[in-house]
Amino acid sequence: MDILIQNLLNALQWGSFYALIALGYTLVYGVLLLINFAHGDVFMVGAYVAFFVATFFLGIVDLSPGLTLALTVPLTMLLTAGVGVTLERVAYRPLRRKGAHRLYVVITALMCGLMLENSNLALLGASRKKFPELLDKVIYTWGNVSVTNLKLIVILTAIAVFILLEFIVTRTKIGMAMRGISYDKFAIPLMGIPIDNVIVFTFVLGSGMAGLAGLLFAMSYPILEPYMGALIGWKAFIAAVVGGIGDIRGAFLGGFLLGFIEVGVVAIFPSTYRDLFAFSILLMILWIKPTGIFGVAKTTKI
Amino acid sequence: MSKMILRTVMAVMVMSLAFVMLTGCSKEEEKIKIGFNIPLTGDIPKVGEASKNAAEMLKEDINSQGGLEVGGKKIPLEFYYEDNESKAESAVNVALKLIEQNGVVAIIGPNSSKQAVPAGGTCNDNRTPMVSPWSTNPDTTKNRPWVFRAAFLDPFQGPVAVNFAAKQFKAKTAAVLFDISNDYSKGLAEIFKDIWEKKNGADSVVAFVSHGTKDQDFSAQLTKIINSNPDFIFVPDNYNQVALIIKQAHDLGWTGPFMGSDAWGSSELMTLCGKDCIGQFFSTHYAAAGAKGATKEFIDRYSAKFGETPDDVAALTWDATRLVLQAIQDAGSFNSDVKAERKAIRDALSSVKEFAGITGSMKFDEQGDPIKCAVVVRIDENGQFVFAESVCP
Repeated sequence: MDILIQNLLNALQWGSFYALIALGYTLVYGVLLLINFAHGDVFMVGAYVAFFVATFFLGIVDLSPGLTLALTVPLTMLLTAGVGVTLERVAYRPLRRKGAHRLYVVITALMCGLMLENSNLALLGASRKKFPELLDKVIYTWGNVSVTNLKLIVILTAIAVFILLEFIVTRTKIGMAMRGISYDKFAIPLMGIPIDNVIVFTFVLGSGMAGLAGLLFAMSYPILEPYMGALIGWKAFIAAVVGGIGDIRGAFLGGFLLGFIEVGVVAIFPSTYRDLFAFSILLMILWIKPTGIFGVAKTTKI
Repeated sequence: MSKMILRTVMAVMVMSLAFVMLTGCSKEEEKIKIGFNIPLTGDIPKVGEASKNAAEMLKEDINSQGGLEVGGKKIPLEFYYEDNESKAESAVNVALKLIEQNGVVAIIGPNSSKQAVPAGGTCNDNRTPMVSPWSTNPDTTKNRPWVFRAAFLDPFQGPVAVNFAAKQFKAKTAAVLFDISNDYSKGLAEIFKDIWEKKNGADSVVAFVSHGTKDQDFSAQLTKIINSNPDFIFVPDNYNQVALIIKQAHDLGWTGPFMGSDAWGSSELMTLCGKDCIGQFFSTHYAAAGAKGATKEFIDRYSAKFGETPDDVAALTWDATRLVLQAIQDAGSFNSDVKAERKAIRDALSSVKEFAGITGSMKFDEQGDPIKCAVVVRIDENGQFVFAESVCP
């Protein structure tokens, strides 16, 4: 029983990262029908931004770890959002203006991801970075179950972000505009809605969440490397598709589902079977429901 | 029209490539060319960096005296550092590039067994002597007359870890966490399990759990291990993974000891791992703290030059490179024909019976493997690797 609860907690933490990244994929896809393959690398950039911000405040300004954390969270989200918006501005918007087919935009996104990875490698070198400790670690133990305060924060943040996004998209005006663009991006400008601003806002939201995920990831697994975003980004994308890409509940559920399956497979079988089993299960879900768990067949997304 | 331009561009590219390859082979002034097949990027970049630093230091030493004296003539050294990205397939490509394009007379590296086992096959097939500084997996040199190494073997390191842990932790049961896609980690884990169970009875390895190279979350594996309640955890893994594993084990409430292997011994371990690693033990090739004689001299010079204590890879690269230079000198004269020189180096290497390296003196067996001592070090409060025990065969 203990081992089950412990693994549930492990899976909740691991799934939180997938969910946070999957939310970014789903937002952009929901609005633009664009699969932003650079998103996993935006997550990596988020982790590095958090590293530089945190070491700057800790080392150079000499603040206390708690205050550093309080400053690092908003700054990381803001700066990472800036990177996401820059990508949109430099790579995606010109293509959209020229009316390029979606396929070319997806390929552009793939290239952007590779450029982010390799420019990081070129600029900062191959050596790993160690993320400083910003939180005093507290371990809560019940019987054989242990959980750190950080683990709880990660899980709660993922849930809070989900609720916030769900609120923004369904209850606010800008959320309505996002859904409107998703529905018909040619009619929406005619209603006087500044389509570019709404798209930029979408990228701000998605990349900000990726930045937050990067910060939390760096705190949980404090070793940073240039390629850290690639694999987890791919898997979060798959989680978003399984949940029904374009749907916020889908991304959230898909992320946690993948986390649960991966940790569950490792807990029972040798780790070699992890990806094989995890993705076989996801494939079966897509066989039964090709649009994903919450997916709708066509047109309206988000 | 645009097709025309495209063709022209392609033709230019092909021609320039051919030009580069041709010039690469042309005759220049006589130099001893040695290749380094090392990981400068990928999972363990610090290992490649340490290797390169040690090699640079050695090259400067010799070239500042006009070169290596071979048969009364001084020939300067030229080193080629090629990045194998810590990948098995790149290590093979790098080996081929060094052999065919750069025309090196011998190759130092790769360091990790994951790359050294496949690259050893390539060097052996292409009749180029290769000396791996750090690889401890037996398969690297097995039935490969052209492949040598400067490190001890896992069948020797395994029992060292078993005996030390049994004595130090008074342990009866052990758990093992290893990287299944790394020849080194998997081989050593299996050897360890085998010997531990021979000593302490069947099922005394209570958990034998694997993970993948790119894994960052080990919580499911560690939950399994902690639940089986071992006396200690054996982690034959690379230093970057060790840092994550130990931290996560502590997060899950594990307070018991760890035992590690020589892949822990990077100078970057403590930067990445921090206070979580303090008090842990691992077996390695030499202990920098408290070294004497030539070893101390090397450590002091290296520290002064690069600002950090040299790890075992740096020391072993130094030894491996010196071994090759020794073989060139032993061969008597330097042959300008690369193939003949490679053969001469191999013959000289295989007839080396004893070599006094800074990681200890080594005797070579007929397989090209040195028989040398291992040390166990403890990570002290300041993050120094201090000598705990020495084990000789």
